[in-house]
Amino acid sequence: MRKKFSIVGKPVVRRDGLEKVTGQAKFADDINVPGQLYGVMVRIPVSHAKILSVDYSAVENHPAVAAICHAGDIPGAKKVGPIKQDQPVFCYDKVVTPGDVIAMLVGESEEELLKLRDLVKVEYEPLPVLTDPLKALKSDAPLIHPDQKSNLIVHHRLRKGDVDAGFAESDYILEQTYTTPFIEHAYIEPEAVIAVPREGDKGVHITGSIQNPFTTRKIVAKVLGFPLAKVRIQQAELGGSFGGKDDIMNILSARAALAALKTGRPVKIRYRREDSILESYKRHAYHLHYKVGFNKDGKIKAMKIDVVADGGAYSSMTPFVTWRTVVQATGPYETENVWTDVRGVYTNNPYTGAMRGFGSPQPIFAQESIMDEIAIQLGMTPDEIRRINGFKPGSVTATGHKLENHDVNLLTVLETAVTKTGFSEKWKKNQRRGKMLPDYAALEEISANPGPFILHKDDFLEPDEVYRKGIGLAVSFRGCSLGAEGVDAVAAYLSLQQDGSAYLLSGLAENGQGMRTTYSIVAAEVLGISPDDVFYLDLDTGYVGDSGPTVASRATLMGGGATRAAAEILRSRLENVLRQHWNLPENACFVFRDRQVYAENNPERKIAFAELCDLAYNQAVNLAAIGWYAGPKVHWDETVGQGPAYFTYVYGCQVAEVTVNIATGEVYVDRVVAVHDPGTVINLLGAQGQVYGGVTQGAGYGLWEEISVDKGFIRELNFDQYLIPTSKDIGEIVPIFVEGEDQYGPWGAKSLGEPTLELTAAAIANAVRNATGKRFFHLPLNLEEILLSKKLHPTSKNRGSA
Amino acid sequence: MKKKSVSSSLSRRQFLKGFGSGVAGSVALNKIASALPLQKTLEKAANDANRTPLNLSVNGKTYRLSVEPNRTLAEVIREDLQLTGTKVVCNHGECGACTVLLDGEAVYSCHILALDAEGKSVTTIEGLLGGEELHPLQKAFVKKDGIQCGFCTPGQIMAAQALLLKNPRPAKEDVLEGMSGNLCRCGAYPKIIESVLEAAKTD
Repeated sequence: MRKKFSIVGKPVVRRDGLEKVTGQAKFADDINVPGQLYGVMVRIPVSHAKILSVDYSAVENHPAVAAICHAGDIPGAKKVGPIKQDQPVFCYDKVVTPGDVIAMLVGESEEELLKLRDLVKVEYEPLPVLTDPLKALKSDAPLIHPDQKSNLIVHHRLRKGDVDAGFAESDYILEQTYTTPFIEHAYIEPEAVIAVPREGDKGVHITGSIQNPFTTRKIVAKVLGFPLAKVRIQQAELGGSFGGKDDIMNILSARAALAALKTGRPVKIRYRREDSILESYKRHAYHLHYKVGFNKDGKIKAMKIDVVADGGAYSSMTPFVTWRTVVQATGPYETENVWTDVRGVYTNNPYTGAMRGFGSPQPIFAQESIMDEIAIQLGMTPDEIRRINGFKPGSVTATGHKLENHDVNLLTVLETAVTKTGFSEKWKKNQRRGKMLPDYAALEEISANPGPFILHKDDFLEPDEVYRKGIGLAVSFRGCSLGAEGVDAVAAYLSLQQDGSAYLLSGLAENGQGMRTTYSIVAAEVLGISPDDVFYLDLDTGYVGDSGPTVASRATLMGGGATRAAAEILRSRLENVLRQHWNLPENACFVFRDRQVYAENNPERKIAFAELCDLAYNQAVNLAAIGWYAGPKVHWDETVGQGPAYFTYVYGCQVAEVTVNIATGEVYVDRVVAVHDPGTVINLLGAQGQVYGGVTQGAGYGLWEEISVDKGFIRELNFDQYLIPTSKDIGEIVPIFVEGEDQYGPWGAKSLGEPTLELTAAAIANAVRNATGKRFFHLPLNLEEILLSKKLHPTSKNRGSA
Repeated sequence: MKKKSVSSSLSRRQFLKGFGSGVAGSVALNKIASALPLQKTLEKAANDANRTPLNLSVNGKTYRLSVEPNRTLAEVIREDLQLTGTKVVCNHGECGACTVLLDGEAVYSCHILALDAEGKSVTTIEGLLGGEELHPLQKAFVKKDGIQCGFCTPGQIMAAQALLLKNPRPAKEDVLEGMSGNLCRCGAYPKIIESVLEAAKTD
């Protein structure tokens, strides 16, 4: 029996909508402080080099330069990082990737500084450049970080059952290799931060486009050698993040703070798009090898998975990103025998870290492609093979976690999507057309032997024959929140005013996803007020407890839980006031609804919520409370990769329908039906927004987006080359929510942000297979990939007509 | 699962009422914001030989400025006039976040020199507010949730305004086409399109 809500689950307009549509919302670069200086970075055009000397003589006495900041200015930690401290705030001995920064010029005119930075003379000795993680793992490969034993960042192992026996018992074995590219977050707002030195012993106050203020605070405090309480981080309105404004903002904040303390003036750093793409971290490029043993009846017997993740120059979140991969790499399929290795590796490529999906979009692309190949080999439909192997209540995951105590509704989301789209019939119909796409060779082969490519009369295609329809699906399970990654707890501060309005602040951050609105709904639901009565405070690390980062699709689950806890504390205090006021027994229950409160058994006797707050205030009742929500304990044995990795899971299924133009290789996404189980939908508009956004980014991942590197240098530095989806690129997106029962979070609400993204590329790839009869192994499925099965890159770095 | 829509059951009057006080406050703020930096600009202008005088008409008000010839319209709007609703994202004429109206046409203000806007009428997102009234597009973007992080939103709304000025009753195809020059990484496109169609309906 589902609970009846008055606000939860309904479409509620955004609490921050007004400031955003009027252009008044203050993003970091919209904030200017009198006397502020700008910081501009000094880099050298090299991917891997030993720094021999740095000569500032041409700039140090220049009137436009107020200060030069470099590693020598750092009183505390010179290298930082969330897990391993391997990333210098300013490079001093080596440069290991082209985004690396040696120093920062500080002055009043950003424009002047941009010209002057080229005058800093850096003498360096180039070192061999490693861009292939497989080569970087070889024993004779040069070390990117000489203080470490090898270029291996992390190696996660998962061992379950006996894979060799499993393969021996299998009727068939399928072995395939897939790759995925680096992906840029491409948050629309480039990075910006302003650090203000405070009076006396007050330390420094930093405002910026910061996703995880508490993480930033830790890093800045370490770099400055300050106690945490002397660093206050305030989040400006954030123009998108998607996991991306974490490490880069920690480092930019540290640089701004150093400069502010050195000059005694506010210092702003704001990146242009080119700086942003050059220096910020990416989603990991993966190399995935899967070997799957299965029987004639479709049952999977064994999986051996070998994944290599390109961590780029610094470890950042690689150990955690690849950990999610090892937990979820089999997909949501019962498999007795599993052997998984996931290795994260240093290269001289741009470093990689957290990005929406966090180690799941890559294995899902591989695993879901292979599941379709198995189905095709056995003459089954994709939904049949998933019904046979998919998780059911009581199934055991690859990590040995028995799925219970929540709705294991993988098959429900699958059936919902399949029925809604008429999947099986469409899939079979397209499949019958057989292999239609010719195997084109690479261009150089064409020019060497053009014979097969000269079109003859028989090659003529009727125009409608050029377009091929395809349908494909992908399913996933996903562990919610941080799991065994670390401490998982969130604070929320709720303060009722005498007139019934309220301040709300959680320790998690609004990254544009609509968290303020979601929390306002949660508080309003408990107190029977309107979300409009709740005023959300700006997040400042000085005002609320450390709640960890806003990541892992944990905001609704954890922060919603904390908000509900705070609201329930206050509600219970108000109930006590009312019991006394109305002389009711201690067990009397109340209904809080529509800004009114009444006894459950006597709806006639009412008091306005505002009046009740006033009454409580005048009785000296504390009307402010801090709610706290901590995740239950999870457990992980890293030697064999076994344990209940996450305390609960969500399930999703997306069906993509595409049209492939087999003459040009263009794939158009006609429709994506996205069926997700977010537990309970708190904010319907926000939930739909998450699906639209996730599917759109997922389609970009599947079809267009790629950060390609040439000797470590990124080719795509702006949106003319890095193509993200526009309003015209994707057809209809249909969000469907299948809600389930769960004991955690506010009324069982769980995760949605990342599940919506991780499936789309895989569903599209399967749809393209269905349309063309051909399997594609390398994302993105852009025109060249479809026609030539390879990527073409410009040979010249010149841009435009230059 | 069918759920009752709260927002769609609101009448236009109720919707406006809900936003009334916030808007009044913000108008006052705008006036202060645009008054202060102007003073600074004029002072600077007096002793800089590289600058060229510019009479710039923005949101119905004429500003007497003095700018370096290489400065873009976006820079002057954001920095000299402190109208920070206009955003610079790619500075490359690719993303549309800096979209403003120039004589009623949508332009990428990062790709126009400020001097080239002389004698023309510039409208920014701040100019869409009519006193205490949200513009129908602004209302529609709130009501239809055509926003996530909000950074591209001013550009989206200005592009939509140019579209509706030309074609007050656009079909969905026209809106998809007309809005395709504005990137939204949050992927709010379906709701942005709905917002524009909603505004066209109520305008």
